[in-house]
Amino acid sequence: MSKAIIESGNVAAAMAVQLARAEVIAAYPITPQTPVTEKLSELITAGRMDAEYVAVESEHSAMAVCIGAASAGVRAFTATSSNGLLYMSEQLHWAAGARLPIVMCVVNRGIGAPWSVWNDHQDAISQRDAGWIQIFAKDHQEIVDMTLKAFRLAELVHIPVMVNYDGYYLSHTYMPFEPPDAERVDAFLPAYQYKHALSPEHPESLNTVTLPDARLDVQGVKRGGYMDLRHNLHEEMGMAIEVWEEIDRDFQTHFGRGGAPVTDPYRCDDAEVVIVAMGSMANQFRVVVDRLRQDDGIRAGVLALQMYRPFPGAMLARALQSAKHVMVYEKGLSYGSQGALYGDIKSALYPYPSRPQLHNFIVGLGGREIPTESLYQTTKTSCAPDRILPPAQSDVPQWIGLQL
Amino acid sequence: MPDPRFKILTSASTSGPGDAGRTGSWRVERPVIDMSRCIPAKAGKHACHLCWLLCPDNVVSKDLEPEIDLEYCKGCGICAQECPVQAIAMVPDADFIEGAERE
Repeated sequence: MSKAIIESGNVAAAMAVQLARAEVIAAYPITPQTPVTEKLSELITAGRMDAEYVAVESEHSAMAVCIGAASAGVRAFTATSSNGLLYMSEQLHWAAGARLPIVMCVVNRGIGAPWSVWNDHQDAISQRDAGWIQIFAKDHQEIVDMTLKAFRLAELVHIPVMVNYDGYYLSHTYMPFEPPDAERVDAFLPAYQYKHALSPEHPESLNTVTLPDARLDVQGVKRGGYMDLRHNLHEEMGMAIEVWEEIDRDFQTHFGRGGAPVTDPYRCDDAEVVIVAMGSMANQFRVVVDRLRQDDGIRAGVLALQMYRPFPGAMLARALQSAKHVMVYEKGLSYGSQGALYGDIKSALYPYPSRPQLHNFIVGLGGREIPTESLYQTTKTSCAPDRILPPAQSDVPQWIGLQL
Repeated sequence: MPDPRFKILTSASTSGPGDAGRTGSWRVERPVIDMSRCIPAKAGKHACHLCWLLCPDNVVSKDLEPEIDLEYCKGCGICAQECPVQAIAMVPDADFIEGAERE
């Protein structure tokens, strides 16, 4: 018998954080993240969760509290959206450089100005270079499972993890999902121990001015300078992909779910047209793929990218080698350039022999509706044999759904 | 618990002389202690030692006649500021260069 319940995506996230036994929650409410913090505050007040809820005056402080808690060896969690994420940006870089295993849910929302409370991915994309691991969930079950796995990943590799899920599409919709059994979660996610936990017995200075050059510390041990530490962060960020896969395999043995931790392909095996997307939109594309195959005889598939940073470039390039067309649909971009994901995929493909025709589509900014029909039409039109654009035209993003 | 395959390099250190590099090169003025006024030196017993306690680089010894490790003293002047009997003077480093002339 299924133990599934029907709840909102935000409640799913809060339940995962409760199951993970997070010990410090510091968060500032912002739409559409607010119900996560409300639920966690409610669970703590009701005595159903043994954690300290720190009410803060801003997102910057929320991350600062998490940094303090994690530095003291405590499992910390926060959640935010949009401008809230940007307000904590300085502290995001700090958490990553300090190698603190903080987990944060980012309920993706467009950035102001002008104000928008609706969904897109610009908040997360703008923070892609902060040194955080960024993963994207497609449904409520993935919100729960990814959040639990995120704690384990963060604590194994000591890099903070951002669990992204779409505002409203996932945060406020109700969907069935199975909350994992608490005892099994305890077996899957052991208590957190940090090698540099602050303690009066072992006084240490953390992240003080670190000189350009390596130096001998007071014990005569050679310690890296700033650049050495940053290089180590970059290298170990790349190694985190393998650890994420290992965690997913272990999660499967505990809970029977998983199997697509980095990319989640749907009908991609024989696909000539591969759509790449992140978050809930990748699931929406499954309908498009089915229709393209059934009505038009186009061998289409959709590759959901579950992990955006570290970027699984080699894995993606290999997966896309046999495609004729790769269509990158995204809800964010690098203004004045092109879609961030598109640019990453193009760069990943460059060293490989087969370079499929690439297409970039910008959709759904600030909650602009993304009709499945228009995804179907643009994909179908763009891969038509007679539609070959010169590079100067094919390499620029096409904005879908403009009304002006 | 961290994965043993990961080095997890962070800037964590215990405080001590040289922990922030060869900070002696930052100095423009060095502290000079007048032992005729210094409390432990004058009393011949361990007392005060505020300069030892407050030095941010741990370069002042806790001796009856305190010594300052100029390899790492960055010349911040906290010891001179805090000395309760004004036994420490901050003297321009250039004054100690042989043959150097000051205008």
